[in-house]
Amino acid sequence: MSHVDPSARLEGKASRDTERSLKRETKAQIASFVFMIFMTSTAFLTVASDAIPTGFAIPFILLLASVQVIMQLYYFMHLNSKGNAWANVMMWSGLFVAAMTVASLMLLIGVTKY
Amino acid sequence: MSNSSAAQKSVVWDWLTTVDHKKIGIMYFLAGLFFFTIAGIEAMLIRIQLMFPEMAFLGEQTYNEVLTMHGTTMLFLAAMPMFFGFMNFVTPLQIGARDVAFPFVNSLGFWLFLFGGLLLHVSYFTGGAPDAGWTAYAPLSTTSEGQGVDYYILGLQVSGAGTLMSGINFLVTIVNMRAPGMSMMRMPLFTWTTFVTSMLILFAFPALTVGLLLLMLDRTFGGAFFDIGLGGNVVIYQHLFWIFGHPEVYILILPAFGIFSEVISTFAKKRLFGYSAMVFATMIIGFLGFMVWAHHMFTVGMGPVANAIFAVATMAIAVPTGIKIFNWLLTLWGGRIKFTTANLFALAFIPSFVLGGVTGVQLAMSAADYQFHDTYFVVAHFHYVIIGGSVFGIFAATFYWWPKMFGYRLGEGLGKIFFWLFLIGFHLTFFIQHFLGLVGMPRRVASYLDGQGFNEMNLISSLGAFMMAVAFIFLVVNVIVSRKNTTNVTDPWDGRTLEWATTTPVQEFNFAQTPLIRDLDALWYEKMNGNGKIKAAEPLDEIHMPNGSILPIIMSSGLVVASFGVIYEMYLLIALGLLINFGCMFVRSIKEDHGYHIPVSEIKKQGGES
Repeated sequence: MSHVDPSARLEGKASRDTERSLKRETKAQIASFVFMIFMTSTAFLTVASDAIPTGFAIPFILLLASVQVIMQLYYFMHLNSKGNAWANVMMWSGLFVAAMTVASLMLLIGVTKY
Repeated sequence: MSNSSAAQKSVVWDWLTTVDHKKIGIMYFLAGLFFFTIAGIEAMLIRIQLMFPEMAFLGEQTYNEVLTMHGTTMLFLAAMPMFFGFMNFVTPLQIGARDVAFPFVNSLGFWLFLFGGLLLHVSYFTGGAPDAGWTAYAPLSTTSEGQGVDYYILGLQVSGAGTLMSGINFLVTIVNMRAPGMSMMRMPLFTWTTFVTSMLILFAFPALTVGLLLLMLDRTFGGAFFDIGLGGNVVIYQHLFWIFGHPEVYILILPAFGIFSEVISTFAKKRLFGYSAMVFATMIIGFLGFMVWAHHMFTVGMGPVANAIFAVATMAIAVPTGIKIFNWLLTLWGGRIKFTTANLFALAFIPSFVLGGVTGVQLAMSAADYQFHDTYFVVAHFHYVIIGGSVFGIFAATFYWWPKMFGYRLGEGLGKIFFWLFLIGFHLTFFIQHFLGLVGMPRRVASYLDGQGFNEMNLISSLGAFMMAVAFIFLVVNVIVSRKNTTNVTDPWDGRTLEWATTTPVQEFNFAQTPLIRDLDALWYEKMNGNGKIKAAEPLDEIHMPNGSILPIIMSSGLVVASFGVIYEMYLLIALGLLINFGCMFVRSIKEDHGYHIPVSEIKKQGGES
């Protein structure tokens, strides 16, 4: 019996369902792309303009950055699609544990002086 | 290139290049046993040195080295690899998979571990082993003379990389390669604990990597992370180490919990009591394992608030552990219990581990810990949980899975002598050490003075250690003389889980047809409700297998060469080692290797299980 070569080209036309979902995905990707450009320019403007104080600018940019990372992961790296539940569980539980560890470590080492 | 069959290979070449999870599992187990023997001999040396007051058997420096190597070897190179051996061998069989998800990475993980371990032991011959304790606290480790601690750092980095790879491999395998019908909540408990253990490895080992990296930068490249004179902070190392170190002790105990769950339910002839509670208890233990690391540092001066928080979090772990203990007891309740050697270890584990758990809660009380800290009470506590938990688990698994792994049954008579000698020796050695600690003997000291009330207890403790050594010899003898017991090895214990549905020796493709799982305890369900054979989920077809590769060994040796470069500050050697390593990665990336197929006729000839 012959076996399918995983690197072979796909042949034939995609089904209507696939086409529709691809179209929907394209739309979502374009929208998020525009939104991300908007966020990047906001970040740039925050730093460029003198009107915004540094104390606000830094946390604001960090917030924008984390939103961008999440959007990147979910819209462009397909973390939101089916079959990625475990990857999500792993990432978020890892983040959760790491965040708690880092936060308590900062408290422990920062508050108490040796 | 996809060949129709594998090329014929010599036996040695076959084992060196293998990517078969079963062979890698056996190699993990044997390498772990090798290091277990070394670390056991080191333990005997320690106990001889402490047998009488002011003994001059080892000398202080040698004592420190032997003590450090005993701890390091036992945890990183003996207990963990032996569990990895069982995980490698059993987990894919239990979930009905043909192999792990990344066979090549599996083999790489093994060789990295082995070469890292051997690198660590080279230090004995190059002017002194590491002498800063298995924790290698700064500044003791950053100011330690000679190259010993450098060997410790690099050896653990190399073997740690291997462990991390294997952990990720198990995660991907369990998530993606379960047979049809094997939902997460139908997985055998050993597979579940493998899964949670791998998660712990994934999240904990990076902290060790960072800690060791900073230590290396301080020692070799003039860093000042832990140099107070230059604004560093030594306590950060302790935090980093224990952020890794506490999950590590759960990495050591969780697989044992899984093994006991399998062994107890098999030999009680009952379904595991409270399966879902067991699963969730495992996950809760895994999670809490990350939240309690600072209880190793109560006396470092974190302040009463931090101490109290970590004390309460630590005590909370007793709850899921208690759930497990009661579930095992209730599994035994009303069961038709068979007292085989494997089950004896599982039964002895329950009271022994509870003793260790009780002293654990005592130690968790931070106020009391000021009294216990750095005494033999702590030594007694962690030997109770590690021997009474992990090592008993390893021995139970050894007797339980030996027929499947090696094709013959270990003798029960010799096994029971081994068990009783080991059990009595273990309690003799370590029970008395609680009191040794309470009367004030500090740990990690090379000797003690006469007339302090330590003499008798130390002598008793050493005698117990000798008993354990004798017991271990019985195990070795058992392994050798039992080779003739080759009958009844396919399913000797009337097993419940899928691994007992395979042939013995297990064929390289595990299952001729991917099995269909219809319930928890898949094989038992078929025995009770079917014809005793696992149903197939697919028609008989040729099987795609990966080719073996010698690259993992070359890659690992490249890292060892680079490690020598770091230890002796020879930059050319570092470059050469990394070149070998990355060269192998390059070759691996560009070389097309689609494996081979085993034709249906061959599968039929081997009498495949269906």
